[in-house]
Amino acid sequence: MSISIQSIHKAFGNYTALDDISLEVPDGSLTALLGPSGSGKTTLLRIVAGLECADPGSGRILFHGKDVSEVAAGKRGVGFVFQHYALFKHMTIAQNIAFGLDVMPFAQRPKRAEIRQRVAELLHLVRLEGLDKRRPHELSGGQRQRVALARALAIRPKVLLLDEPFGALDAQVRKELRRWLRQFHDEINLTTLFVTHDQEEALELADQVVVMRNARIEQTGTPQQIYDEPRTSFVYEFLGEVNKLPDGRYIRPHEIELRFAAEEGVDVTGRVSHLFVAGPFARVSVVPEHGRRGELEIWASRDQVEEMALANGDVIGLHFPTLKKLT
Amino acid sequence: MPHRCPTTESAPARWLLIGLALLLLSLFLLLPLLAVFVEAFRRGAEVFFAALHTDAALSAVRLTLLAAAISVPLNTVFGLAAAWAVTKHRFRGRALLISLIDLPFAVSPVIAGLVWVLLFGAKGWCGPWLAAHDLKIIFDVPGIILATVFVTFPFVARELIPLMEAQGNDQELAAVTLGASGWQMFRRVTLPNIKWGLLYGVLLCNARAMGEFGAVSVVSGHIRGKTNTLPLHVEVLYNEYQFSAAFACATLLALLALVTLGLKSAVEQISHQGATRRT
Amino acid sequence: MHNHRVIPGFGLSLGFTITYLSLIILIPLAALFLNAGGLGPAEWWRILSTPRVLAAAKLTFGASAAAAAVSVGVGLLVTWVLVRYRFPGRRLLDAMVDLPFALPTAVAGITLTSLYAPNGWLGGYLAKWGIQGAYSPFGVFIALTFIGFPFVVRTVQPVMEDLGSELEEAAATLGAGRWTVFRRVILPALVPALVTGFTLAFARAIGEYGSVIFISGNLPMKTEILPLLIVSQLEQYKYRDAAVIAAGMLLVSFTLLFLINLLQRQLDWHKR
Repeated sequence: MSISIQSIHKAFGNYTALDDISLEVPDGSLTALLGPSGSGKTTLLRIVAGLECADPGSGRILFHGKDVSEVAAGKRGVGFVFQHYALFKHMTIAQNIAFGLDVMPFAQRPKRAEIRQRVAELLHLVRLEGLDKRRPHELSGGQRQRVALARALAIRPKVLLLDEPFGALDAQVRKELRRWLRQFHDEINLTTLFVTHDQEEALELADQVVVMRNARIEQTGTPQQIYDEPRTSFVYEFLGEVNKLPDGRYIRPHEIELRFAAEEGVDVTGRVSHLFVAGPFARVSVVPEHGRRGELEIWASRDQVEEMALANGDVIGLHFPTLKKLT
Repeated sequence: MPHRCPTTESAPARWLLIGLALLLLSLFLLLPLLAVFVEAFRRGAEVFFAALHTDAALSAVRLTLLAAAISVPLNTVFGLAAAWAVTKHRFRGRALLISLIDLPFAVSPVIAGLVWVLLFGAKGWCGPWLAAHDLKIIFDVPGIILATVFVTFPFVARELIPLMEAQGNDQELAAVTLGASGWQMFRRVTLPNIKWGLLYGVLLCNARAMGEFGAVSVVSGHIRGKTNTLPLHVEVLYNEYQFSAAFACATLLALLALVTLGLKSAVEQISHQGATRRT
Repeated sequence: MHNHRVIPGFGLSLGFTITYLSLIILIPLAALFLNAGGLGPAEWWRILSTPRVLAAAKLTFGASAAAAAVSVGVGLLVTWVLVRYRFPGRRLLDAMVDLPFALPTAVAGITLTSLYAPNGWLGGYLAKWGIQGAYSPFGVFIALTFIGFPFVVRTVQPVMEDLGSELEEAAATLGAGRWTVFRRVILPALVPALVTGFTLAFARAIGEYGSVIFISGNLPMKTEILPLLIVSQLEQYKYRDAAVIAAGMLLVSFTLLFLINLLQRQLDWHKR
């Protein structure tokens, strides 16, 4: 089911959280809302879920072409996974997952056996078989995360919304769970929208990345487009390291080529101020000569650095194959 | 020289402070409590039980239980509603409402009785109307109940508001997205999370309701066998120099206090264990 | 319906809260102020400036302030011992601190009186030192301290528990002695809680009735407190006098509480 967000506006008092936001989330896609804190991404997610209301007179939210702006959160058919999971502490894992089914009106509620069956399926799906009798406090962060996901999926939502799904996990678990979520999404093929402030996460996981800043959308596109063709300096700087040249042009560290100072095609010469080699990679910091201020960061291969016999203090040449000027 | 931890006191200083605190608390808390029982049995167990077995004492117990049985449920419902309104929602005037809920704490119990006399007493605003319809509130049971409701008003709300504020709304919102109705959310998500705090508030509310003296004293009229609650009965006996009987009835109230404290500790213990287990 | 609230029950719970609050607290209190306010300043002055009212006010506010101040000292000591040290009977002691909350005030009143009366267990000792326990302003002070000090313990306790040892350890590594650490590091962190405790004890003491009237002896001009004066006006059917004294008393205590609240904010602000 596709989601269409049409000129949504939201203010809290004097503070504008969302300024005329429009966005299309294609059916079955995995879309990331990426931005620093305070950019409005979580507010947007909550408005899609119906946990927050857009300002009166602003636009609409459509699910598969149908306006759901006036539909209550519980009736929108969304699965929402909270940043800190919001598991019901006093219930077992099985009771947590079954909650959405248990509270259905009698006429729609599945039979007990069916509910039990569905819980077992979901536990299998999120690979938590055998933990049904445990309580949330007995689980690790990553396991709680998956319980929250299973609970959201139990009501067979048409849309899955995740608020900083890996925000509360440590780095190792984060990476594992990220891959798992991508595979999981491909299996269940549910339109999914998630919020993150981690660019690596967004680029690795999503089909479509929406970069937000100060209540506005800066750029929307595939991870490739966003990384390779940033439209604004903010997007450039937010997605990975970048060198900003004094004339306002940008270049990523891996795009700069190292050459000998006397070689052809040298754009700038400079002095190596810092050299750091780790595994097959090398980071080289260069202070440009001829009055240019600031340091340039270059990522090169270890082989090249060793071939050139670079050392601190050497004067070398730099070649900039691609330079972009942005606003 | 023995090794001394730099962030605690030397052993003698420590024991001096502990000793001082124990001495103060024994003189200040244990001794008065002990005195209630000693005075009650000063003239023997027979006098003690005889004092409890009078009609006046029994009717005082009955009225005390009645006042608590009405005011505690009322203020519990109020506490739940108020806590729900101010912690689950944001609205203009919310801070003012929270301070108004605490207001009765700053009002003398005597004034809590007086306001009802000014409203419903013979010379009060509604006095003539009540008299014309042969209704009596002041110097009668309804007045006692109103006074008790006033002084026990904030107890439950006061426990629940900080608790529910700290718990946040996440679990309720999760229930919303899963399609739960308001009542289902309250009964299956909120209530289990606040049950110990609620019980705690109810205990304190009940102790105050049964033990209230100043407010009910103003509205009661001290009609023996009719409008005396147990604390008022104690006062009457004491003022008649029936000290042993007064203290005998006071033991019931002291036992109420001890039971309350015991249950309160138990609730704290259980809920604390739950809280540490769950973090 | 763009402004719908996500969590239901707002209208119902707020409606009930405001209705109930109005019926039980606001309307009755308004009745008191209207009753008293309708009399005009001259009448107010006549009632409040009588020597008996002034003496009762002096005793009430004076003894309450003294009791709250002593409560802060006693409360700080007790809290310190309860939080910092482990000794047999600590849990029992902790639970007992709440006794004055749970013990009906009339019972506290008669038992304190029997203890501090000249022929009582403690009153006898005091008499040897020439101090009259019960039936004196000192008796009022004792009862109010009994009622007040648990407020201090219960407000300071959580703050002291949260204090952690890092600050103290830092101070100790910088060479500060134990007493200096207490005075310069621990005490300042506790000041806002101590002020809150003082306020709560003070507010409760001003209105206290049951525990005081037995031990005070109730001599007009000497040991009569304001709440008792209100009751005796009522018993003489002087409703207006009672209302004026009550309204005046509430105004003074609300103002005091408000001022202390302001001070509190200042303190909290400095802490940040």
